[in-house]
Amino acid sequence: MELDAIDRALINRLQDGLPLTSRPFAAVAAEPAMAEFGLDEDMVIGRVAALREAGVLSRFGPLYNAERMGGGLSLAAMAVPAERLDAVAALVNAFPEVAHNYARDHALSLWFVLATETPERVAEVAAAIEARTGLAVRLFPKLAEYALDLRFEA
Amino acid sequence: MDVNGASVAERVRPAGPPGDNDRLLRRLRDGLPLVARPFLAIGQAIGQSEAGVIAAIRDLVETGAASRFGIIVDHAALGFTANAMVVWDVPDERVDAVGAALGGRRGVSLCYRRPRRPPVWPYNLFTMIHGRNRDEVRALVEELADGCGLAGLPRELLFTVRRFKQTAPCYGRDGRE
Repeated sequence: MELDAIDRALINRLQDGLPLTSRPFAAVAAEPAMAEFGLDEDMVIGRVAALREAGVLSRFGPLYNAERMGGGLSLAAMAVPAERLDAVAALVNAFPEVAHNYARDHALSLWFVLATETPERVAEVAAAIEARTGLAVRLFPKLAEYALDLRFEA
Repeated sequence: MDVNGASVAERVRPAGPPGDNDRLLRRLRDGLPLVARPFLAIGQAIGQSEAGVIAAIRDLVETGAASRFGIIVDHAALGFTANAMVVWDVPDERVDAVGAALGGRRGVSLCYRRPRRPPVWPYNLFTMIHGRNRDEVRALVEELADGCGLAGLPRELLFTVRRFKQTAPCYGRDGRE
């Protein structure tokens, strides 16, 4: 999808958060920073819908802090033989607690994020994945957070 | 296996059947309805008032349970197609200072301290670095290493080669599909 200046402005604006008011898209259209584009509520909604349809937006909702939600969270990694990568990735993906799952170019080749309803569940799910795949799961829980900013300039 | 001892839950979830908040969290997994009054639409779907939905979402953000309520972009669709987990072996006494310096630099979306796993894994500082191609990422890493006092320290770049799953955590009890 080719993004124009209006799309880029909306993407950059909406990554900072939607106004929590009855008519949030009308509120965004009326903001001074958006004035130059002459948008109205319907146009904002239409643009956002097109961006979502095109897959530019992966989600529209809360960006959670897992610990504050009372849940558990950990990065995890496995050394998966290349010929088993697709099959093991599918087994790992099948766990609903797996939020992200990537192959990386390293001997520890599969890296995934476990997000669980309780902190104790992290170890249980890791053990279940080990049992399912026959491969060791190494956990890398966060010890300190220095930065987390998932906004990208469009 | 040791697990995140540092992340003690600040909000204990009440036991018992799912309540209004669980219904809201489950509904939010589907994404915000793109209509003029999205919070009214959500409220109608789960039997809450528009004002109640807005208040509950505001509560998520104000308590820090969510850092914001907005869009999360697919950075690959914006052209950031080269993504690397860049890991560094930083002496423990320097890791806080280096982490603080790395956070907030251009191209760094995440910077965490995590445990080493010797002998296979000597690295204790994890960053995610994004660029439009691999050379841009490599150049950024050099720039960060020089600018943040990391030159000469052991490091590795683990480029993302496949993306098997990228979703939000599933919150809201009794809502697993």
